[in-house]
Amino acid sequence: MKAWEVVIGIETHAQLSTTAKIFSGSSTAFGAEPNLQANAVDIALPGVLPVLNKGAVECAIRFGLAVGAEIAPRSVFARKNYFYPDLPKGYQISQYELPVVIGGQLTIALGEDERVVNLTRAHLEEDAGKSLHECPGANFHGRTGIDLNRAGTPLLEIVTEPDMRSSAEAVAYARALHALVRWIGICDGNMQEGSFRCDANVSVRPVGQAEFGTRREIKNLNSFRFMQQAIDYEVQWQIATLEDGGRIEQATVLFDPQSGETRAMRSKEDAHDYRYFPDPDLLPLVIDRQWIDEIARQLPELPAARRDRLTTEYGLSAYDAKLLTTSLELATYYETAVAAAGASGAKPCANWVMVDLTARLNKEELDISQSPVSPEQLGGMVARIVDGTISTNIARKVFDALCNGEGSSADQIIASQGLQQITDSGALETLIDELLAANATMVAEFRAGKEKAFNALVGQAMKATRGKANPQQVNALLRRKLGE
Amino acid sequence: MSLTLEQVHRVAHLARIEISDGEAQNTLGQLNEIFSLIEEMQAVDTRGVEPMAHAQDVAQRLRADRVTESGQRDQRAAFQEIAPETEAGLYLVPKVIE
Amino acid sequence: MITDSLQALASALATRKVSSVELTRQYLERIARHNPQLNAFITVDEAASLTQASAADERLAKGEGGPLTGIPIAHKDIFCAQGWLTTCGSKMLNNFVSPYDAAVIARFKAAGAVLLGKTNMDEFAMGSSNETSFYGPVKNPWKADCVPGGSSGGSAAAVAAVLAPAATGTDTGGSIRQPAALCNLTGMKPTYGVVSRYGMIAFASSLDQAGPLAHSAADCALLLNAMAGFDERDSTSLERPREDYGKELAAAADDRPLAGLKIGLPAEFFDHGCSPDVMQLVEAAIAEYRKLGAETVAVNLPSMQLSVAAYYVIAPAEASSNLARFDGVRYGYRAPEYQDLNDMYSKSRAQGFGAEVKRRILIGTYVLSHGYYDAYYLQAQRIRRLIAMDFAKAFQQCDVILGPTSPSTAFKLGEKAADPVQMYLSDIYTIAVNLAGLPALSIPCGFAGGLPAGLQLIGDYFTESRLLNVAHRYQQASDWHLQRPAGFN
Repeated sequence: MKAWEVVIGIETHAQLSTTAKIFSGSSTAFGAEPNLQANAVDIALPGVLPVLNKGAVECAIRFGLAVGAEIAPRSVFARKNYFYPDLPKGYQISQYELPVVIGGQLTIALGEDERVVNLTRAHLEEDAGKSLHECPGANFHGRTGIDLNRAGTPLLEIVTEPDMRSSAEAVAYARALHALVRWIGICDGNMQEGSFRCDANVSVRPVGQAEFGTRREIKNLNSFRFMQQAIDYEVQWQIATLEDGGRIEQATVLFDPQSGETRAMRSKEDAHDYRYFPDPDLLPLVIDRQWIDEIARQLPELPAARRDRLTTEYGLSAYDAKLLTTSLELATYYETAVAAAGASGAKPCANWVMVDLTARLNKEELDISQSPVSPEQLGGMVARIVDGTISTNIARKVFDALCNGEGSSADQIIASQGLQQITDSGALETLIDELLAANATMVAEFRAGKEKAFNALVGQAMKATRGKANPQQVNALLRRKLGE
Repeated sequence: MSLTLEQVHRVAHLARIEISDGEAQNTLGQLNEIFSLIEEMQAVDTRGVEPMAHAQDVAQRLRADRVTESGQRDQRAAFQEIAPETEAGLYLVPKVIE
Repeated sequence: MITDSLQALASALATRKVSSVELTRQYLERIARHNPQLNAFITVDEAASLTQASAADERLAKGEGGPLTGIPIAHKDIFCAQGWLTTCGSKMLNNFVSPYDAAVIARFKAAGAVLLGKTNMDEFAMGSSNETSFYGPVKNPWKADCVPGGSSGGSAAAVAAVLAPAATGTDTGGSIRQPAALCNLTGMKPTYGVVSRYGMIAFASSLDQAGPLAHSAADCALLLNAMAGFDERDSTSLERPREDYGKELAAAADDRPLAGLKIGLPAEFFDHGCSPDVMQLVEAAIAEYRKLGAETVAVNLPSMQLSVAAYYVIAPAEASSNLARFDGVRYGYRAPEYQDLNDMYSKSRAQGFGAEVKRRILIGTYVLSHGYYDAYYLQAQRIRRLIAMDFAKAFQQCDVILGPTSPSTAFKLGEKAADPVQMYLSDIYTIAVNLAGLPALSIPCGFAGGLPAGLQLIGDYFTESRLLNVAHRYQQASDWHLQRPAGFN
């Protein structure tokens, strides 16, 4: 039995978060009624012409800067010619020989390890429309309906080198890329709506063989789970085929989530004669240094740099820093909370964000931008834990109250609900004296050596103060009184 | 060089133009005559000459990322009035099989 | 009234000697009388034209008219006009009523001009004789058994027979200039990028340019003033300051109005390719130019001989892609019967396109296809560069280049229809201009055997005003452009 090496390259289509389409003034908003967002240019009426959207170019530049790529000073739009009913012009405008982003790297995390995936290029192109084979409420008599609302939505196609060696690496890459495009604000990453779609080029070769095996391209993977399943299936299928003495034919395949299998698409024998040529309706895209510098200045601190800073500046563990930088919104939330809590609140803030807040958001199916507690409110609350005004247990009450909108700040809730910790030892002593007098049996049991009775007394004391007493202080006072 | 009948059929298929054998034969002759005219180019040494795709040496102008029109029902109706087959706002075509 | 210049029509309208409705009606009557014979128009809509005319009259009455307000203009059926059938000469668009206006149509509308009708043309502008139109050939008003030239043959015949005072055309390889030459008109192809291509159905995008067809250079200047201008919807439209293309025409004429002008005579225009009778007329025009003060210098355009070859790669390549949108899905012709999707495409396109269009789509598809791209498409684009460089060099030695527009006068209907290569070679003097993107015009320079011949003037980029002036000075000294064909009274 031979040992096989898996080779994977990924092509990702990221829909860019522009308001208008890449070559027309139609809206890119998702979910409109069929063909209401398809203007004369999008439906390719005779005589219409494309004009490039500056916003789409800016997204490409942002991406190029974020992955350390070269931004081409001059790039060219070409026509990719083929007939398909969701492609109204009979060609797709894309970049071919001269893409806007060249090279670049993305670091992916595999457990504790990190790996670098090299990018080949990223280029701008237009999305196609959608073919609907059935539509509720309409009978198409076995015909396909064409909706061109999506036609002309800007895409950045990001292509890697064949650098990945397992489905886990492929998924880690896709996750890292997904986080990055959202981080830099060029794509909403909504995989259900098709804003972020991956194709995986998969081949296998005997370990030690220099040349690559024949690859098959798995199209339109729209979830990380499907990506993993599809690649795993494809790899075992290719290995089994080769071990049975078969050959792999280059093909485009689709993943069927129901069966968990990949199958070759109905063969298009002319699929690879796209007759690319420079689009005569569009002139070369020229990007000068000044524009790049301007965009670089607006670019947020990137995830890796942010992670490093969170560990050095706030003393967080690498693990915490990684969790807090899964999205720009989360990282910004965290740092805003710390700013309100003060530097000594950095670690508690991290815990509150990662544990209590995350649990609450998950339960209510909200994302961080919809959090019922603002970062200032959370930081304000953590400040009160740090300065001893409230205990961690009381803080949970304050947190819930903030979530439920019972007050505008932790301080206000603490004051109005009287949650301030009792730290006045005189008052506490009086209370404990009364408690001991009222619970003579328990005192006797304790003195007889039953440690459980001590805990019960602490419980009574906390109950009497409605949790507002400092437990350490109660402990110490009880010991002293009982020891007298 | 000259084309073959098979190439004519292949090109016609790429261009989605139905062509009978007789038409293809006829077309083959015409295309070969035209290509003999075109072949004159091949004798020219163009090494080092930058291909010219546009008449003017200017850069692409960019449009602001702004929606200029959207969601106009009357516009869709006008567009679809001239369409061969539509239903429920969709253009209809023979079933697409992937 | 009807045979006057645009300027004369404009002043008659402005002084209310005639109303736009009266004028439009006169031309509509002439169309009704003569079009059955000439076949110059595909669509005439009297009611729509007269509605526009009465709107123009209101503007004129309020004193809000411009130089073209109320003047009826015929438009080549390649321009989309809202509510008008826009066929591009093809069965493919036999049912295409455009839902929008082309930039050129909108500009004439804004100027208050009346849309007089849509003129016949070679199918998708592919042809030099107007014989490839699905709507039948156009006859040359000068001789009914001759072609008017193409592809803007309907516009040329309409203006020549005075069925319209002026018309628009488009020129991809000579489609304005050659029919102008064959019909005794002045026709101009501006610098690429001067007139917006938005709404002009694309043939070869990097070569197509719209322009005017009229009797005189002065009329063309007025028309170009309306047509030209930046359009943000066309990426190849050039942002330039507004220009009055007639600005040089007003200067007082003396005996030598062109003193100091250097006219380049390229050897390649004066070799054996041109018929002797046309060449004789061109030589006479050169002599006239010398009298007007111009100086002639010999120049060379060595790569020009390759222009036809390069053109028949580049234009079909772009066309094969531009015409892919005609697939029977969203508009236009769909075959009545088919098996499946691909069959629907193939039958709709086979039935909807005519022979010449299909031929060029096949050439274009072939030259772009895998394995042939470098040898054909890239080589053609390199030769295109060489041709542009030839012109650049020539313009260091001269101000305008002069030569014949077409190697012959109008040929007989059917004479070249069966021989594509012969047909292609009739554009031998015009194609290089499109490849370089330069402005050029054709003006009447005399008759041979009762048929008009055209003189071509080519300028450097953006020298339309000067070209029009050079043409205008000749027209002040000659009356060829004032000749009208017999039988169209």
